[in-house]
Amino acid sequence: MERPAWAPQGIDISVPSVSRMYDFYLGGSHNFEVDREAARKAMEFMPGLPKVMQANRAFMRRAVHYATTSGVNQFLDIGSGIPTFGNVHEVAQAADPEARIAYVDHDSVAVAHSQAVLEGNERAVIAAADLRKPQEILANPEINALLDLDRPVALLLVAVLHFVEDADDPYAAVAELRDALAPGSLLLLTHASYEGIPLTQEVAGGTVDVYRTIRNPLIMRSRTEISRFFEGYEMVEPGLVPMPEWRPASPEALAQEDPFTYSGFAGVGRKA
Amino acid sequence: MSIPAQPSGVPDAEPDGPEGRLRRFATIWSRAIFPSTATSMTRPEFEEHLLPLARALSDILHSRVFDATPAHRVGAALVAAHCTDPDALSSSLGVVDSYLVLYCGGNGPVELSTEDSRARCARIQHALAGGFTQALRERTLSEQEAIARSALTARSHAEQALHATEARFRAVFKDAAIGIGIADLEGNILEINDTLTRMFGGLENHVRSHKVNEWVHPEDSPYVWKYYDELVRGEREHYSVEKPYYRNDGTVLWTNLTVSLLRDSEGRPEYQLALLEDTTERRLLNLRLRYEATHDALTGLPNRTLFFERLEKALAPREGMRFGLCYLDLDGFKAINDSLGHAAGDRLLVEVADRLQSCGTAPGEMVARLGGDEFVALTTGPRTQDDVHELAGRILLALATPIRLDGRELTVRGSIGVVEGPSGERTAAEVLRSADITMYRAKAAGGNRFALADAEADARAITRHGLTTALPAALDRGEFFIEYQPLVHLGDGSVHGAEALVRWCHPQHGVLGPDRFIPLAEHTGLIVPLGRWVLEESVRQANFWQERHTDGGPLRINVNLSPAQLHHPSLVAETVDVLERSGLEPGALCLEVTESALIGADDDLLKPLRQLAEMGVDIALDDFGTGYSNLANLRRLPVSVLKLDRSFTQGMQHHPADPVDLKIVEGIVSLAHSLDLAVTVEGVETGAQAEQLRQLGCDTAQGWYYARPGAPDRIHALLLADAV
Repeated sequence: MERPAWAPQGIDISVPSVSRMYDFYLGGSHNFEVDREAARKAMEFMPGLPKVMQANRAFMRRAVHYATTSGVNQFLDIGSGIPTFGNVHEVAQAADPEARIAYVDHDSVAVAHSQAVLEGNERAVIAAADLRKPQEILANPEINALLDLDRPVALLLVAVLHFVEDADDPYAAVAELRDALAPGSLLLLTHASYEGIPLTQEVAGGTVDVYRTIRNPLIMRSRTEISRFFEGYEMVEPGLVPMPEWRPASPEALAQEDPFTYSGFAGVGRKA
Repeated sequence: MSIPAQPSGVPDAEPDGPEGRLRRFATIWSRAIFPSTATSMTRPEFEEHLLPLARALSDILHSRVFDATPAHRVGAALVAAHCTDPDALSSSLGVVDSYLVLYCGGNGPVELSTEDSRARCARIQHALAGGFTQALRERTLSEQEAIARSALTARSHAEQALHATEARFRAVFKDAAIGIGIADLEGNILEINDTLTRMFGGLENHVRSHKVNEWVHPEDSPYVWKYYDELVRGEREHYSVEKPYYRNDGTVLWTNLTVSLLRDSEGRPEYQLALLEDTTERRLLNLRLRYEATHDALTGLPNRTLFFERLEKALAPREGMRFGLCYLDLDGFKAINDSLGHAAGDRLLVEVADRLQSCGTAPGEMVARLGGDEFVALTTGPRTQDDVHELAGRILLALATPIRLDGRELTVRGSIGVVEGPSGERTAAEVLRSADITMYRAKAAGGNRFALADAEADARAITRHGLTTALPAALDRGEFFIEYQPLVHLGDGSVHGAEALVRWCHPQHGVLGPDRFIPLAEHTGLIVPLGRWVLEESVRQANFWQERHTDGGPLRINVNLSPAQLHHPSLVAETVDVLERSGLEPGALCLEVTESALIGADDDLLKPLRQLAEMGVDIALDDFGTGYSNLANLRRLPVSVLKLDRSFTQGMQHHPADPVDLKIVEGIVSLAHSLDLAVTVEGVETGAQAEQLRQLGCDTAQGWYYARPGAPDRIHALLLADAV
């Protein structure tokens, strides 16, 4: 029997959470021993995982900056996780105090934590919803109260789509979101891939196995597969590229990047 | 602490000036710790970020009154910039140890000795490490506290939501109009709602005291417990069945039952959930509607619909199984209805139904009313050959006792057609038709009896039926024709006339004699147009012969009249019309009427015959001597010819003739002549017969001895032969 929509998920902090693992990779302490244990295991196969997370954060920062400079000041960040530092609202509101940010996550601990962090910020909300049910996100009253979907929105799907299995049809979910956004909207996306990891697929596969064991399978997709998420959107220069190559701050900065930061693709698309 | 903000890209930073040296130190520092930071700053940004910290360290190094405490803040600032990795501290200490004095030693206003510099640098490191550690510890503790608090908040939200969910579910469970029960996989009932308790009679204990698998009822469908076992084994997710239960007072509760398997979060079967909808009332209503649709409202017996269902079931092929059917039709019921009224007729039928009902009480037996006064009794089983006879006997016996109705005693009799046979050979319609035919045979044989179906009688009846329906079209298509048999003058052997005999050239059955279809035509009334056609055709033929045979005296034509024609009001008018249109003399026509048709005839019936006779048409009394010959009546009849039945002549076919037959014929001839009637004999087959009959005084004869019935031109040929 399928769980009814109104029956909430239980909270079990004895199970590792990808949000808290992410926080651990970034040196945070918003995590529990189970999270750290799983993260350490994953790092046995990919010691550079923290660098991958850092590259994601760095891309997000550059892409949000790009969005604000191109006039988009509404942000919908799905899979926002545990807010640590350099969050979307910090970056965006530093550039434009009027910027509005709606965070979405399905991890109730991450949601509760975000609520605490965002308290007092009138232009940022967190909603508990699931990327796999885009209608729930689009119909969420808090999000709709904050964002005007008739105006361009920057949709952030940073390091989240690789946690959606094909069985849950991520393409349909993203398509539904893309279609709901106004012209001029942006899609900011990163996604893990075997292409670019400075390891053999066999070794990197160890990390994938860890995520599978904690029931949060990590779905590696090829560049071609990832590019399909942008269907109908125009790619912003330089297109879908390894994370560090997306509009690097300087050629020198690019030259000094850690090889692990190439473990995935990043891109920004615009709705015509 | 205040770290003076230093705009990036300071213009006065000469490479070898103090500012340039400070920047060099910051660059080295940044390069050392950037790999262990988690910051989202770029390297240049990070380096810019470190520059004020480097300046602070340089300032501490050169302070007039040395105090390393401010280096605490530099350590804390590193943690604030997300350099939380322990490597960041050790790398920072390494950089300060190796490069702070080197790059910043000579930058300050105070000239320091080497030992002093080293000592100060060491103290700075101690303070920086202390500051870093304290900040990291605080940050760690506060983050741990924050995340723990978030986890608690999330959990309490979830619990609230779960509580609300449960409250909603409770409400659904409690107030549902259907019965809901939850049991474990061993069948122990864990939860039931009030509706379920009420459905079972209101005693919760009664429901709870039984395991699910103890609720067995004799009318359970055979699949219920198979489905149940599959479900508790986890092989089936749900099933829906119609299932009866016993209430605590022993009455039956009928339900639409849906059982679903509930699994735990790991997918293991855990509970069974049962939803029960009370269908007892609906079922009763359905049963009643079904009863009404399948039973006769007057007698309460099963009706035609139910009977056919059962008959079809009985006829379905099953090894060794047979069926026996009694088809009963009351004798003379119409008369009772007509004389006593329909209400009395209905009461009679009810009484008959009651009696019949008591005849068919054995298993496999059923009594039904098909409609009107037609009833059936069906028996099934392996030995219906005997059973069905007994059943028919019982029915006749049950009817034998007179029925009291409105103070009078009525004797009701019936005719029964009995059909018996193995299952799987005939359809219900075939069986019923056979029973119907057989019943009519019993009725034709006098009623108050049963007759057994036999294939030949059925076939005949079926053919008869086929012929009856084909008759009207046959007349239109001209399938009838007439043969003529000469009538010979016994005195001189001359052909005196001919009898017209109608034949049917049937497309399938070939040429059929009048005995095959005249009774059918009588029955359907087609005899009137057919008889008229025969009369027209024969008269036309007779006229033709007279025109061709003027020298041989008038040639007569005999045409048969059936009883129905006799009763037809336009008989006289039509006959006159036919004669007038053909121009034939009335005296050349002889109409033959059977003796039996005139038995008990009153003046009304005789009137048209008299009129015809008065016109000059001869009337012959056909088949004389076969019925109850009322000799006294003969003189009343407008008859001029007696046709002796062939049974009289049969006794004369052999030599010597039966003397009794001779005497009888002689007597009849004498009687006839004394009444001025001519005598014609039929069935003459030998010369000896002819001679004998001539001697006895018979006037005319017909039979194979002279000629078989044949085409009109053969008569013509005979006439010509006579003339020679």
